[in-house]
Amino acid sequence: MMNLATVISSVELGVIYALMALGVFISFRTLNMPDLTVDGSFVLGAAVSAVLCTAGHPIMGIVLALAAGALAGGVTALLHTWLKIQPILSGILTMLALYSVNLKVMSNRANIPLLNQKTIFSLPEWVPGSDYAALAVSSMVLLAVMLLLYLFLKTKAGLVLRATGDNEQMVRALGVSTDLTKFIGLVLANALVALSGALIAQYQSFADVGMGIGMVIIGLASVIIGEAVFGTANLLRRLMAVILGAILYRLVIAFALELGMPPTDLKLISAVIVCAALSIPAVKEKFSVLRNKISAARGSKEVSL
Amino acid sequence: MLRINEISKTFDRGSVNEKRALHRISLSLDEGEFVTVIGGNGAGKSTLINCIAGIHQVDTGSIILDGMDITFSPEYKRSRMIGRVFQDPLLGTAFDMTIAENLAIAWAKGKSHGLTAGITRADLALFRERLALLDLGLEERINQKVKLLSGGERQALTLLMATMARPKLLLLDEHTASLDPAIAKKVLYLTSKFVSEEKLTTIMITHNMKAALEYGSRTIMMHEGEIILDLAGEERAEMTVERLIKYFESRSGTRLENDRLLLA
Ligand SMILES: Nc1ncnc2c1ncn2[C@@H]1O[C@H](COP(=O)(O)OP(=O)(O)OP(=O)(O)O)[C@@H](O)[C@H]1O
Ligand SMILES: [Mg+2]
Repeated sequence: MMNLATVISSVELGVIYALMALGVFISFRTLNMPDLTVDGSFVLGAAVSAVLCTAGHPIMGIVLALAAGALAGGVTALLHTWLKIQPILSGILTMLALYSVNLKVMSNRANIPLLNQKTIFSLPEWVPGSDYAALAVSSMVLLAVMLLLYLFLKTKAGLVLRATGDNEQMVRALGVSTDLTKFIGLVLANALVALSGALIAQYQSFADVGMGIGMVIIGLASVIIGEAVFGTANLLRRLMAVILGAILYRLVIAFALELGMPPTDLKLISAVIVCAALSIPAVKEKFSVLRNKISAARGSKEVSL
Repeated sequence: MLRINEISKTFDRGSVNEKRALHRISLSLDEGEFVTVIGGNGAGKSTLINCIAGIHQVDTGSIILDGMDITFSPEYKRSRMIGRVFQDPLLGTAFDMTIAENLAIAWAKGKSHGLTAGITRADLALFRERLALLDLGLEERINQKVKLLSGGERQALTLLMATMARPKLLLLDEHTASLDPAIAKKVLYLTSKFVSEEKLTTIMITHNMKAALEYGSRTIMMHEGEIILDLAGEERAEMTVERLIKYFESRSGTRLENDRLLLA
């Protein structure tokens, strides 16, 4: 079985990645838009955060990472709404462009180590000698974000954002620009993704230009796992489900590693998890058709006998 | 209230699918006028309404609403002055949100959508009151998701949402066509009730000739992108469905037997 330290570090990772999952939740669920900017904006956040850490400004790094992520989301939104490029392609284009941008931010280094640098996780000396400093800091950030997001989605602007994912035509018929709501949604989503990347960089003490690969799938896996296990009864429940889903995902991965799975198989496992979760409705459908066929066949046999 | 000057619209111009949907249409509506629109399939009725609503841009001509030239303004901006109910009951509401949340968005129309509370207690009381007008018991289901409502209930709700923040113009595109006869009648009744109580300037497309003559104060008939008949006053009062069909057949040169215009 996993030891306590492994569990704690998995939860820590889960809490930080939950911010990214909330971002994915906003684009995929609330806006109903497959935003693939995530793989790039996650690294962008990490890069900005790491660069500012090495300059001795860890907190500023987090703040600027947030802004940089927002900018990336804005670019994707404009590609889609102004230039009428399909949402999925808009995200891919931004993600691709970000690969170069991220390298520029990192001064053309593929990796920035943060060993012996001051980070926000080493700052809080008010949790003296505690093993839980990282968990405390990231949980506080996550809780604040979740609360703000919850309150925002309950405002008029939030209602319209949710309606955009449901029915764009209706939103426009009620006098609101869906270009604007999509812009706000994608800005918000990628700001959260970059925030997550920024925290991960400081937590793991490095930023790597390849650390975002498959991030959107990990986010989606967290959302789907959360929804399946914790339900979608109301908004608060949904947000909590995303967070718990992200933590659960990390625990599952840690468990798999513990069982001896090579770390290089991680992405394969993530893909399989998401595949399985997404295919549940189709598989269910196939089974029920099969059942009907079998019972129909039985019925006809009885008649012919 | 509404002045349409010689608007034309051709889809897919220059391709093999080129289709002239509207040809130099002019139409003026006085404040409070309720016009019904009839015509065969592909006559251009929906295109006319969609051009007014801004879903399509016109090729030529202009559209003036309440003294404002809206020819080039984007759909969402015009919507602040225009209420709409679509033929498809799925188009009018956000299905994964509650009745109250849908109404809150409609109620906020034209006001600034800020970071204020989405729904206040006072809003809820008002929404209940308005829902009660529909006489469908929806006021008891205010926190249910719209996806649980029937098509007719959704259309009634959409009608309420379209008229709630009083629009300068109400556009209805066969909004009862996909409903069962009983609930269709009810929605039609509610439509005429809201329109007459609020004195709304209204354009209603219908495939039901009887309803076209029964509701409103004026009836226009369209064919191949043009208005071929404009009836009001005494002339309209004396018009019968039979004569209307005869007129259509003589003007269009087609028999109506298999057309859904007859499915009155
Ligand atoms: N978006 C579009 N793209 C291309 N052609 C279109 C489009 N919308 C309508 N048309 C064409 O324009 C013509 C007029 O269509 P419109 O929908 O206005 O007819 P209608 O009078 O509403 O008919 P119906 O009674 O069937 O609803 C039709 O030939 C239609 O095929
Ligand atoms: Mg039509």
